[in-house]
Amino acid sequence: MRVVALDAAALRLGLAPGLTLADARARVPELAAVDHDPHGDRLWLERIADGCDRWTPMVALDPPDGVTLDITGCVESFTLHTKKSVRPEPVEACPERSRRGLSFSSTVQEERQGPSTPPAASLRTGFDRLSPNGERFDSEALLAADIERRLTAAGLTLRLALADTPEAAQALARFQSLPAADERQAIRRLPIAALRLEEEAETALRRAGLKTLGDLADRPPAPLAARFGEELVAALDRLLGRADSRISPRRALPALLFERRFAEPLARTDDALAVLDDLAREAAVALEERHGGGRRFAGRLYRSDGAVREIAIETGLPTRDPAVPARLFRERIDALADPIDPGFGFDMIRLAVPAIEPLAATQLKLEGGRVAEEAMAALVDRLSIRLGRNRVRRFVAQGTHIPEQQALALPAVDLPDPAPWPQPPAGEPPLRPLHLFDPPQRIAVTMSEVPDGPPLRFRWRRNVHEVARFEGPERIAGEWWRVRVARLPDPPPSVLRQRPGRDAMDCDEEELADPADATPGRPDQPLLTRDYFRVEDVRGRRFWLFRHGLYERETDAPDWYVHGLFA
Amino acid sequence: MDALCALRNRIARIEGRRPQDAPVHAPLGVESLDRALGGGLARARLHELFAAELADGPAAAGFAAMLARLAVPPATPLLWLRQEDAERAGGGLSPSGLAQIGLDPARLVLLVPPDPVQLLRAAADVVRCAPVGAAVIELWQRPPALDLTASRRLAVAAEESGVTVLMLRVDADPAPSAAHTRWRIASAPSTALEADAPGHPAFDIDLLRQRGRPDGGRWRVEWHREQAAFRDAPLPGAVVPAAAGGPEAAPLRA
Repeated sequence: MRVVALDAAALRLGLAPGLTLADARARVPELAAVDHDPHGDRLWLERIADGCDRWTPMVALDPPDGVTLDITGCVESFTLHTKKSVRPEPVEACPERSRRGLSFSSTVQEERQGPSTPPAASLRTGFDRLSPNGERFDSEALLAADIERRLTAAGLTLRLALADTPEAAQALARFQSLPAADERQAIRRLPIAALRLEEEAETALRRAGLKTLGDLADRPPAPLAARFGEELVAALDRLLGRADSRISPRRALPALLFERRFAEPLARTDDALAVLDDLAREAAVALEERHGGGRRFAGRLYRSDGAVREIAIETGLPTRDPAVPARLFRERIDALADPIDPGFGFDMIRLAVPAIEPLAATQLKLEGGRVAEEAMAALVDRLSIRLGRNRVRRFVAQGTHIPEQQALALPAVDLPDPAPWPQPPAGEPPLRPLHLFDPPQRIAVTMSEVPDGPPLRFRWRRNVHEVARFEGPERIAGEWWRVRVARLPDPPPSVLRQRPGRDAMDCDEEELADPADATPGRPDQPLLTRDYFRVEDVRGRRFWLFRHGLYERETDAPDWYVHGLFA
Repeated sequence: MDALCALRNRIARIEGRRPQDAPVHAPLGVESLDRALGGGLARARLHELFAAELADGPAAAGFAAMLARLAVPPATPLLWLRQEDAERAGGGLSPSGLAQIGLDPARLVLLVPPDPVQLLRAAADVVRCAPVGAAVIELWQRPPALDLTASRRLAVAAEESGVTVLMLRVDADPAPSAAHTRWRIASAPSTALEADAPGHPAFDIDLLRQRGRPDGGRWRVEWHREQAAFRDAPLPGAVVPAAAGGPEAAPLRA
């Protein structure tokens, strides 16, 4: 067992990651150790990153223990909020400007050790007053201080750094050991480990006597690339700001974002909902200016202790009516399995509209056609939010003759206006059943006239049916152009197992539940032809049966299935 | 009858409801049946259809689809509420099958709530939404949530919004409810086409209860998609017991 991470107190005692636990215990007998849990650390890091959304929408994880924020253009908005009144402002994606990255790393394990380790913050923002625009750095420090205050309150120990590129910020947060006069100098003093190269390249550099980034920065890049590889030069350029480098944010920037911050946290969910309604009204104004509407609205509730709760809704038609998201947010909250816990209150609430879709102003029809359409769409939205989008379905016809693939059930919110269905042939009774089993259910045919004729008596669900009338066969062959693809993988082991002491007639659908066994297209064999029969028994029940495979040509003992039930 | 209607409207006003309008009827196509119903299936009402046996579920579902086809104009939306278990045990509702009955599946929205309580909640919303033409509420067995209050609520909502509600009950016994009509549906042997092929869907229907009109009556009907109407089906030799009922109840059809 080896030590993975250590807190500041342990580091001061001279312990280092990589040491065996027994060794470390020998040196410091009172060492408290916790099992390493990479998955738990990852989740915790995700939660921290969620909470960081409040400062900037551009947040990236820097696993295992870092978070990088792109605070370009966010500082001004932040100081505006902290210094002046609480005024919401749409934050839009920021075009090219001088980019600023901020990174911090925290030793996650420390948090779990509880009160035994006092949270000792080590904030390192040593480089001041480099830029003529001194005010900007002041506000950056203010932002950094806010980050530190909140995360320290959550029990984390932070190392925070601000720099011009994400890589530089990450390297400074991890490797800076001494304060420096400015950012440039701080970077030059970093050890070469900050480049995050492969072990071999690092050793080679060290052997060549190159220990800090400053040693590398002054040398011409071509010989460096020739000797130590292109990667070294690329990493160096990114770190020094010679090459453009961006973080990839965890979530896409929404088209519109509205937020409201509170000096005093809101302690009631109802109040939070009222704020969301307010934001929806603002969104409606912004959407109207752009002649657009939104189909998704995501509300994010930021709790003062850093937890974030997202509630998202969607509508079938684009909308900008603020009453629609207001109603659907309530519906969503009612349908939540675990209710929203305000805890100590929400101190920031945001509403994001991820995408704007064109929505022209509409005129009401005199006869109310548009109104009816909208009322119907609203009903579908409401039910989709409450039951889940996959439980409210519409059907789309597919161009295939395989019966179970002829219709595709899609969420109704995705499909507000489906195409009309192809017309059935005229003059015929229904040729397709009203209820279709997918997978088909196996039946035991106990009597038939000729081997490839219809069954005269069959047994399904423990009932024997005497066939009075039949029509068929209607032959539906497998799709030969799919056979080759279907042959490739190995067959899955069938779950169909006959219990000892029972014959085939006794098995019913519970035991035959394996779709791979029941449907054609089993990967190990070419698709079998199905001969369908429309069958009516003496009591007037109408079935759609098929024989799976042609006698002798495709199979020796074809199985029979009931595929559907007619009205 | 007028006096009775006036009295009913007065009571409705006292109860704070809108005075009940006489229902609009959609003719079903079989003369004696339409006469017994006072003109056909009443729109904007709650109708209950019981499958006679578990195996008659598809027949009852088909009958409900046919009534929905008749009751509302062709382009209006139709909602079908089915429980998830029903979708599994009874086979999925097939849009091709609906198209073969004459309903355009493009106007259908299928709801698959996980349990009867959610289903009835969703049904309450659906029935209150006026643009919906017809709603089929399919419930299996007898869920405790479906009591007299629930059905009364649906019936009132249907009257107010104008949605025709067809409550389809499979694997359940008829029980008192607020429905306008109550039926028992069983599949019947069809009239064979040439070469002894199964013909147009045929049903034995049994009018168990009718609000404000005499109950009772049995018919055997066939559905013809092209005419979008029911037709009398000949009874080959079988004798059906005469229905007990008032003067307007249908006599034995033969």
